[in-house]
Amino acid sequence: MKPLSNTGLVIDEGLIFERSIKGRKGYSLPELDVPEKDITEILPKESIRDELRKFPEVSEVDVVRHYTRLSQLNFAVDMNLYPLGSCTMKYNPKINEDAARINGFARCHPFQGAEISQGALQIMYELGRYLCIITGLEDITLQPAAGAHGEFTGMKMIHKCLEKRGNPRKFIIIPDSAHGTNPASASLCGYQILQLKSDERGCVDLKALSDLMTDEVAAIMLTIPNTLGLFEESILEVVKIVHSKGGFVYMDGANLNALMGKVLPGSMGVDVLHINLHKTFSTPHGGGGPGAGPVAVNQELAPYLPVPKVKKDKDRYDLDFLIPDSIGKIHSFYGNFGVLLKAYSYIRTMGAIGLKKASETAVVNANYIQASLKERFHLTYDRFCKHESVLSDKFQKENHITTMDMVKRLIDFGFHPPVVYFPLIVPGAIMIEPTESESKQTLDDFISAWLQIADEAENQPELIKKAPHVTKHRRLDETFAARKPKLVWSPDK
Amino acid sequence: MFKYIPNTDDDISKMLEKIGVESVDDLFSDIPESLRLQKPLNLPAPLSEIELERELKEISSKNADASEYKYFTGGGAYNHYIPSIVNHLISRAEFYTAYTPYQPEVSQGTLQGIFEYQTMISDLLEMDLANASMYDGASAFAEAVLMSSRIRKKGNKVLIPKSLNPAYRQVMDTYTNNTGIKVIEIPYNKQGQLDLDFLKNNLDNETISVSVQNPNYFGCIEDLSSIAEVLKQGKSFLIGIVTEALSLGLLKSPGHYGADILVGEGQSLGIPVSFGGPYLGLFASKKEYMRQVPGRLCGETLDTDGKRGFVLTISTREQHIRREKATSNICSNQGLCALMTAIYMSTMGKQGMREVATINLQKANYAREKIRNVKGYELVFETPSFNEFLVKCPKPTQDINRKLLENKMVGGLDISCYYPELSDCMLFTMTELVSKDDIDRLCEILEEVAK
Repeated sequence: MKPLSNTGLVIDEGLIFERSIKGRKGYSLPELDVPEKDITEILPKESIRDELRKFPEVSEVDVVRHYTRLSQLNFAVDMNLYPLGSCTMKYNPKINEDAARINGFARCHPFQGAEISQGALQIMYELGRYLCIITGLEDITLQPAAGAHGEFTGMKMIHKCLEKRGNPRKFIIIPDSAHGTNPASASLCGYQILQLKSDERGCVDLKALSDLMTDEVAAIMLTIPNTLGLFEESILEVVKIVHSKGGFVYMDGANLNALMGKVLPGSMGVDVLHINLHKTFSTPHGGGGPGAGPVAVNQELAPYLPVPKVKKDKDRYDLDFLIPDSIGKIHSFYGNFGVLLKAYSYIRTMGAIGLKKASETAVVNANYIQASLKERFHLTYDRFCKHESVLSDKFQKENHITTMDMVKRLIDFGFHPPVVYFPLIVPGAIMIEPTESESKQTLDDFISAWLQIADEAENQPELIKKAPHVTKHRRLDETFAARKPKLVWSPDK
Repeated sequence: MFKYIPNTDDDISKMLEKIGVESVDDLFSDIPESLRLQKPLNLPAPLSEIELERELKEISSKNADASEYKYFTGGGAYNHYIPSIVNHLISRAEFYTAYTPYQPEVSQGTLQGIFEYQTMISDLLEMDLANASMYDGASAFAEAVLMSSRIRKKGNKVLIPKSLNPAYRQVMDTYTNNTGIKVIEIPYNKQGQLDLDFLKNNLDNETISVSVQNPNYFGCIEDLSSIAEVLKQGKSFLIGIVTEALSLGLLKSPGHYGADILVGEGQSLGIPVSFGGPYLGLFASKKEYMRQVPGRLCGETLDTDGKRGFVLTISTREQHIRREKATSNICSNQGLCALMTAIYMSTMGKQGMREVATINLQKANYAREKIRNVKGYELVFETPSFNEFLVKCPKPTQDINRKLLENKMVGGLDISCYYPELSDCMLFTMTELVSKDDIDRLCEILEEVAK
């Protein structure tokens, strides 16, 4: 018998296909209770497929073992600090998971009609109202399935509104610190990108903005706080410059976790923003979704919201498909309802005081890490941050140790690496966002891990270069994967 | 104190001391004073877990759901059996509280899960490769139309069938309406299938792509082989669409007939209907278009010890590297839904996929024959179908549905808002969750209403 290769209790696991044994079965279905016909009497013979080639034949036990073992190869928020900057990996409350699994929500069909969907529509309506209150904006769509989907929706609304005014315009201004989805979403709407440089304080360079801003610019896309974790101090001037030329201010709300109950984007002059419910509102990231990216707008953009919209008439909720100037539909149905429910449950748990406390604590936690590490790791913009802090490998480079080396070493201490090499304007960036979910003890452990790594970078650089040392897999060859792509398993090889 | 926020006031003061400020508000001093909120947000007071549970229970009780009602409703979202282990396994925190697997050494669980998903989905769709998922079927279709126009460069015409799920058409319109793409609808013929003559007459050098949904929105199985034959002559892309993925347990995929891109909705494969989302956009293509595919791809590689492992790959297509030149703006996709589907497909396996598809076919066939024999009801199209079929009713569908609701049944879909010519018609769906008794009872009520 082949010995199990394992590290501690984590067991090596092959592909599910490699477990397959002919004749095994993992499902149970009832006997057919209608008179059976030969399927060739029902279907044209040529439309019937051959047997699936690659699907496994496995028992229920096989499936459970397989995925349980796979799960043990993952790092997760429920294990420890997961400090990915701008990703807001906060704790995902369990009651929210229960909410999404209630039969009266999970087993509702999207076409069953408003009459027997009053509860689902009420959740959507109320969540929409709460999000408008939190952002200080007028109206909202819950349809976008993720942040980037929300960005696209917002851009479409701006385009449509300007088109109605006579000229959809050509350009979108985007700071050099922006997330890659911003230019990609603007470009998907047919806009060209004007890149705006940041000033020496990490914010919008007002002079550069004035030079770029013309009556051919449709909007500025601004992440607030930005990806350096800094609040846009001159936001009122920025808004003034953009509005004076008839442009819109689009706020990327990815970092809204720093602002709840502290400032309203609407009162800053923001015209439209998307909210990542899977960041600020605690819904899980699921290893890459599903998320939800509601888009809130001011009165001017409200007529262009996607259809359908949830409306309330006295005590009755309904879906409104008749919005003459709407940009149209952007989702097969009404959005990621199950995710919306979790955000609803979170807001009801936290209330106004809890949300404000979350933002405040997130900011304290980030500044505590920044204050504790900035002597050993270079801090480009030395000022108070909001929810995240961006350090770099500038000091360690002298010993030929890079950000990538150090974050791989961090894994050995039981922490997930921060976001690295982003934002692009900080070479070797290490972008740390602790969120409010972490206690001082956890932060102290995290800080001492980094301080030890700073020591090792000076004294034992080889140890860092070969990290991680305790994971099931060592560093993986990404270049090889991209050069000779193998995206599916194949039985012959 | 809030239970999701561990730090006490004492912790906070110690931290503030280290930071070198007096109060939390000092950390917000960069917000212009005129903007700082003085009042609390006007939200309902926080609820304890007991109160929240009570509230959710009460709100949910205003909905009908499949634990109480029988559904004969589909049209792009389907009530199917979900093996119990799917929910148990995706509820493992290591899966659902992880992020996109950017650090492969600590994300092999998610990555191997995606690799296996890509393998099974491409096998099911009979395509060379599949990505890690899109938002849903409709947005996947929109991305397919954009991708084909990116590759083909020439032309501005896109042919789509009138018998396409209307939501897919609408979402595609939103994505493409200022790109210069001209959409032409191919009518359906008397059999409810795509009109081949119209296709032949409108296919030219300007045609970027031709799309076909199978089974189509009316439930009819298309003559894919003849459609593929027509397309052979030109350079237009064939985009296949499958909105009921379970049908592929039994039916050949458009991939079998040489579709260049295949998209669809994966909800039927282990994902609850959940009032329309989260679902799963399927996206697959031929090998030669790999570098134009939107979204994440997972590939096999080796670690420094030579051990097999998995990573996200060919990322130079994506927004975080290519920014405005990326193949799509998509970042977060539907990762956990893809995992649900992978678990579902593993559990059902080779045999189960065919068996469950066959049960759908047999039940729907039984219901189709039975309903058409109820006095006053007619089958609209004779063309073979999988688990959905369109019935012309003797009474307004609202009246019928009201009567069905009284009997804890949710009837077929009225599609006349999209097809005024098909008024008083109901699109019925039968899955493995309805029994013969349910169908018989349905027919009794239909008969009663018709009187």
